[in-house]
Amino acid sequence: MTARIGVVVFPGTNCEHDVVRALRIVAGDDGSAAELVWHGETSVSRFDALVLPGGFAHGDYLRPGALARFSPVMEAVTGFAADGGVVIGICNGFQVLTEAGLLPGALQKNSGLRFLCTTVPVEVCTTRTPLTACSHVGAVLELPVNHFEGNYICDTATLDRLRDEDRIVLRYRRNPNGSIDDIAGICNTAGNVVGLMPHPERACDELTGATDGMSLVRGLLGVGDRPAPVPA
Amino acid sequence: MRFDVRVEVRLRPGIADPQGATIERALPALGFDGVDGVRVGKVIRFAVEAPDESSASARAQEMCRRLLANPVIEDAEVEVRGTTGALR
Repeated sequence: MTARIGVVVFPGTNCEHDVVRALRIVAGDDGSAAELVWHGETSVSRFDALVLPGGFAHGDYLRPGALARFSPVMEAVTGFAADGGVVIGICNGFQVLTEAGLLPGALQKNSGLRFLCTTVPVEVCTTRTPLTACSHVGAVLELPVNHFEGNYICDTATLDRLRDEDRIVLRYRRNPNGSIDDIAGICNTAGNVVGLMPHPERACDELTGATDGMSLVRGLLGVGDRPAPVPA
Repeated sequence: MRFDVRVEVRLRPGIADPQGATIERALPALGFDGVDGVRVGKVIRFAVEAPDESSASARAQEMCRRLLANPVIEDAEVEVRGTTGALR
């Protein structure tokens, strides 16, 4: 597998190097390459997959992700996703994807009104997305969370659709933020766009005490091997 | 003409508001009893060029739809006045 992964950097993004480092650790010498993509770029067609990492894009002003969705790169990201390209939004990246309308629902302030910086058990609920393709349903991963607005919310019809279409990707075993149906991550209809609040990239190194994120990063690196999903 | 615009963004009814709930719980400790229904929102003020009040309002509504509010969780109320400086 030799995936080329673009890691999108908005002003205020701060997890891009964690993502690049995790990709390099998990890929080893397989030839995969991660590259930072500044938000002003307008072409992303050279990549097999894109990651929107965590942070505070555009300062999180107004609402997290509200301004980032108007960054020039987002038009390219939207086109990339529509063509079946794999797009993964982690934490602030998830918030950007919901604001951009690439994923349904919204991320509200945590129900306890606390900024969460902890590790939580998260259950893999489907393997139909590239991110979870190397894991298995029911696997429980200990993953770091680090957010103030991670309380996923959507209307009942959307929630029914997410359940019926096997689009709930990850659920918290212990809900830390009040998310509806314990949702920690969801995907779009085709499964090629995934958003999640936990940080798998921060659980890829023994040195920092956790490696449960590696299976998810391995799945992402596998995009070089798989045909792109058919867009809905 | 320039119109002063005041946009109030608030969580839609039924959306949990932990900030409002916390304030509501805190008020009785200060002796403010009998308060309920506390909801926290935000106010955005600006001036906009428009030929008349209704088009100023229409532009502000469009701003709300595209940026100022997230329709999944928020409602926005637009108030337009002729430029008097009264709002700023």
